Amino acid sequence: MNRHLHIKQFLHLTLAHLKEVMRQPAVLFWGIIFPILLSIGLGMAFTREGATIHNIGFMYGDDNDDGKALKPSAIETLFQKAAATQGHELTILDETAFTLAVKDDRLGDTIFLFETGSWDKSIMRLKQGQINLIMEVTDTGTVYHFDPLNPEARIAWHTLSPLAAGKYATVSRNGTIPETAPDSNPKSTVSPLALPGTRYIDFLIPGLISMTVMMSCMWGISYGMIDKRSKKLLRRMVATPMVKSHFLAALMLVRIFINIIESVLLVFFAWLIFDVAIQGRMEALVTIFLAGNIAFCGIAVFVSSRTANTEVGNGMINAVVMPMTLLSGVFFSYHNFPEWSIPVIEKLPLTLLVDGIRSVFTEGAGLVETAPASILLFLIGVVFFIAGLKIFKWH
Amino acid sequence: MTPVIEVKNVYKSFHSVKAVNGIDMTVYKGQFTALLGPNGAGKTTLVEMIEGIQKPDSGEIRIMGLSWEGNENVLHRAIGLSLQETRFIDRLTVWETLRLFASFFDLGKQRVWEIMEIVNLKEKADAYTVHLSGGQRQRLALGIALINRPKVLLLDEPTTGLDPNARRDIWSILLDLKYHSNTSLVLTTHYMEEAEQLCDTIMIIDKGLVLKAGTMDQLLSEDSSEKIIAFSLEPPHPSRESIKNECPFPVRWDGKNGQGTILLSNLEGQLPQFLDFINSRDLKLKNMECRRKTLDDLFTAMTGRRLDE
Ligand SMILES: Nc1ncnc2c1ncn2[C@@H]1O[C@H](COP(=O)(O)OP(=O)(O)O)[C@@H](O)[C@H]1O
Ligand SMILES: [Mg+2]
Repeated sequence: MNRHLHIKQFLHLTLAHLKEVMRQPAVLFWGIIFPILLSIGLGMAFTREGATIHNIGFMYGDDNDDGKALKPSAIETLFQKAAATQGHELTILDETAFTLAVKDDRLGDTIFLFETGSWDKSIMRLKQGQINLIMEVTDTGTVYHFDPLNPEARIAWHTLSPLAAGKYATVSRNGTIPETAPDSNPKSTVSPLALPGTRYIDFLIPGLISMTVMMSCMWGISYGMIDKRSKKLLRRMVATPMVKSHFLAALMLVRIFINIIESVLLVFFAWLIFDVAIQGRMEALVTIFLAGNIAFCGIAVFVSSRTANTEVGNGMINAVVMPMTLLSGVFFSYHNFPEWSIPVIEKLPLTLLVDGIRSVFTEGAGLVETAPASILLFLIGVVFFIAGLKIFKWH
Repeated sequence: MTPVIEVKNVYKSFHSVKAVNGIDMTVYKGQFTALLGPNGAGKTTLVEMIEGIQKPDSGEIRIMGLSWEGNENVLHRAIGLSLQETRFIDRLTVWETLRLFASFFDLGKQRVWEIMEIVNLKEKADAYTVHLSGGQRQRLALGIALINRPKVLLLDEPTTGLDPNARRDIWSILLDLKYHSNTSLVLTTHYMEEAEQLCDTIMIIDKGLVLKAGTMDQLLSEDSSEKIIAFSLEPPHPSRESIKNECPFPVRWDGKNGQGTILLSNLEGQLPQFLDFINSRDLKLKNMECRRKTLDDLFTAMTGRRLDE
């Protein structure tokens, strides 16, 4: 077969795949617009200015009834310390609820919303996640009930306990928190980080780019193959002189093209709205991005190389995609996972891609730093592609 | 003259199912052959082995003297085919779909226009394939099969599920091909009219075996004198036993629908006897027809089942 024919065939296959994708508005929405909306939403949620709100369950130690009327004078006594601080404000909302607004120019304002209730009711609300902490006022002092492993609850406790009166404060569960109130003036030692590159949105954008590359390759390519296999179209196509590798290469090319558009848009909006910047070398970013695309295209070909059943295919893709989405540090750092698991997590393809892209965005990495991950991703892609092609079921 | 298709003693099983159980078949240039048989007869398995899509367990298949081994490229160019129930890329138009397949054969727009003319899909050029009717989709599949001007055309149930008009559209395209080209055709069907209308040779297939093969005349000649009476009775229907035992001729009786068929070797003499029998039992005929034997009757005589069962 001559070269001209090869090119023509490849071109028509690519056009067909591209049209197929572009003509499905839902695909475009979920593949391109949705990740952008997601990043804007998450970015807003985690970088917003404005007050932090903590919902607190409030009860008197002897109270077993619901909504026993508040005694404003008692509450004022309890929060004497806070009331004495400039700008802090105690507001009684109604018979069962009151708020304490804490001013802080550097860490942002905090509002505590207290709602009274019996122990049972408060525990129920705690279980449902409506509150993280229960503040119980007894004759001997104030007791804070919360899960010491819950970071939000710890923050609430940390901020709240110095403001409340009482000889001592304790944590009811397993007592790992010291029995004295924490330093009542934490401001002097805290310096908030708000420089570009250190914010959550800076952490998030590389993660989202990597995740959408993975999702797009896995779902897009496997859809492109499983759908045609189940329609017997693959079978029909290989009964012609079509070159099999052209079919797969065209599918991948279209996918990578779409991923590029998607990622460029994502970065553009992140720059426009949040001032996210690429601090490292562009060529390093392009290389690791393409290597990641190749890796996931290869994996996708392998995963859907045999089944004609969409549900089986979906299941297998989920088995690949879900663990990596959770483990690879897309939304939060994997360094909080157990020590032994980190060397494994670091070698997952998605982790390689996320860490690589993130190092270019936030650490100013260049080709030298990203080369190992890029090479590894490229090899992963090639190995899975060849293995997939070996066992590929055309009919 | 070397045959265009030669199938020799071919077997193919799926686990315990013997889909093709020792079949021989020869197709010459320009010949139209029908593989006629009910669902599950092994037609698809046989044509897909000829198409190189499936591999026989044993036996030999040659197309234009070539086996599939090592000749894929030549044979893919010589063959045109349509599979049983292929669907296309949903949101590709008819034009784009044909262009895509044309590109596999290094053919251009010119040929795509010709094909749309041949299969009469010009008005549908810009329609997405997902919006085509069943008949249009089958014509598109046929168009794709014809795109490379194949010497050998293999069509698997090209008209199954189509209404009579759509079926006739496909037939006229194929008849046109028969009279104006040298293409050889193998087509599978469970419609005897289709085999009769289009094909020179008919192979009746059941359970992986060829029951009978030949031209229409050869198939029906052995007992060409035999005629069929098919009749139905007004209810209340007599029981199967009483009809079978009392009728002067052997009856195939379908009690549920009150229908029966009788094979007569001497219509002129035997018909009055049959009418006397009806009369004497006080039965009322709802309908009665007298006709020559069909392929369906032949199949029923050989297997006890009907082609479209
Ligand atoms: N891939 C397969 N796996 C298992 N059984 C099959 C397969 N293909 C066909 N068969 C069986 O082989 C027999 C012949 O099937 P097929 O060739 O499709 O018949 P036809 O096309 O005449 O309806 C049937 O019993 C069918 O169930
Ligand atoms: Mg079939």
